[in-house]
Amino acid sequence: MRVMKVMDGNSAAAEAVKQVNPDVVVVHPITPATPIVEKIAAFVANGQMDTEIVDVESGYSAVSGCIGASAAGGRVFTASAAQGLVSMHEILYITASLRLPIVAGLVNRALAAPENIHTDHSDAMAERSCGWMQFFCENPQEAYDNLIQAYKVAEHMEVRTPAMVGMDAFLTSHSRENLYIEDAGEVDEFVGKFKPAFSLLDSENPVTVGSYASMDYYFEHKVNQLQGMEKARKVIKEVGREFGDRFGRYYGYFEAYKMDNANYAVVLMGSAAGTAKETVDQLRNQGEKVGLLKLRVFRPFPYQDLKETLSDLDAVAVLDRSFNPGTPGGPLCNEIKAALYEVPQKPLVFPYIYGLGGRDIKVNDFVEIFREIKEKSGKDEFIPGIKCIGLRE
Amino acid sequence: MSLKKWNELVPGGIILEAGNSVKNFTGMFRKGEKPEFNETTCINCFFCWVFCPDNAIIVENEKIKGINYDYCKGCGICVNECPVKNEQKPLVMVKEINEL
Repeated sequence: MRVMKVMDGNSAAAEAVKQVNPDVVVVHPITPATPIVEKIAAFVANGQMDTEIVDVESGYSAVSGCIGASAAGGRVFTASAAQGLVSMHEILYITASLRLPIVAGLVNRALAAPENIHTDHSDAMAERSCGWMQFFCENPQEAYDNLIQAYKVAEHMEVRTPAMVGMDAFLTSHSRENLYIEDAGEVDEFVGKFKPAFSLLDSENPVTVGSYASMDYYFEHKVNQLQGMEKARKVIKEVGREFGDRFGRYYGYFEAYKMDNANYAVVLMGSAAGTAKETVDQLRNQGEKVGLLKLRVFRPFPYQDLKETLSDLDAVAVLDRSFNPGTPGGPLCNEIKAALYEVPQKPLVFPYIYGLGGRDIKVNDFVEIFREIKEKSGKDEFIPGIKCIGLRE
Repeated sequence: MSLKKWNELVPGGIILEAGNSVKNFTGMFRKGEKPEFNETTCINCFFCWVFCPDNAIIVENEKIKGINYDYCKGCGICVNECPVKNEQKPLVMVKEINEL
């Protein structure tokens, strides 16, 4: 039965994995994701999971081991962060193009150099084109909920695309909140049994996995692969609705917080949403028509739904928590602009960079952002340039 | 045989036909030389057969018979591994001119 517990994001992720009960967990430790698998290891040692844990020498080896286990017909999990994730880089592309529905817990942490272990979305952004689905969580409840849903979406026969579920380093992974842990039987029923499309261990139906395609076929294979990500658009919504029907918390591509009749909004992902919501509440009490759009799904990018929700606003501040040299906005900002491109009277988009390497963002910062976009969008011919929040300059 | 369209492929590029690598004639990879077999001095140690990366050594009645040039890539490993010290080695590399 459902219980309310107090735990941090890593523990919530481990609980989700316990209930999903994968066949194999292949892992290499990295701060701040290590506790996820430490807790899973304890569950396995106590006989609470039927999982084989394999310790390997790097993130690259971890996801490679996951490919092997998944291609053999097993349900798999791994967890990583920052350098661990980017060391997996070439294999991530392969996982997605072999259509293996692996789910990874990602604790979003800054990329070296300099070395930093705190919240930053640069790791996920570095992998936004590898073909994996990408979810972003605000808090431990979402870490738990999104991991469970990620399996159901990834393993859907028309999707069969791997997914990474991201939560903020330390801010979510190591901070305790109260959350609901659902009944194990209900979760098991919701996710269902893994039905692999093929298995390398099936000697009755031998297959070849990962062969070569020349100039005459590569293009067609890649376009075929796109179908999984495109089908995921519909499946993510369906699974979010089913999850709500069963467990009471509904999910879609994003959370639109006090967006009705808003003129100005902030768009962001991750735990800063909590601070932003607090600011929106305060400003609304003062009569300001402001709102927050907290994006949950970055891949596949929900450009259609975002276009519908944002097109009537006067101005939008898009906050990227990642470092992207050489471009006039972070990835989230550039994709929002692309989503709004066809809108005739589109809102003015203000690109912001914030929170790199765990730099805190406060209510006052959000108050200043809302004030700035309201003031500047009133001026004719103003073109917003990129701005850094909380930088000493 | 016409080429398949993008939506006619197996997802993931998985090949469902077992052992279809036989359709790929790797003998086309040879560039200028190939091994030639002479059974006179062969001692049937099977080293060439064990080390050939393409299964291109032909065996009949538990004896080495020759080279399958459909798959032989001309790598020379068989010649390199052959332990026979005789002047007339059972395996030698010879030049091969391919007419276009």
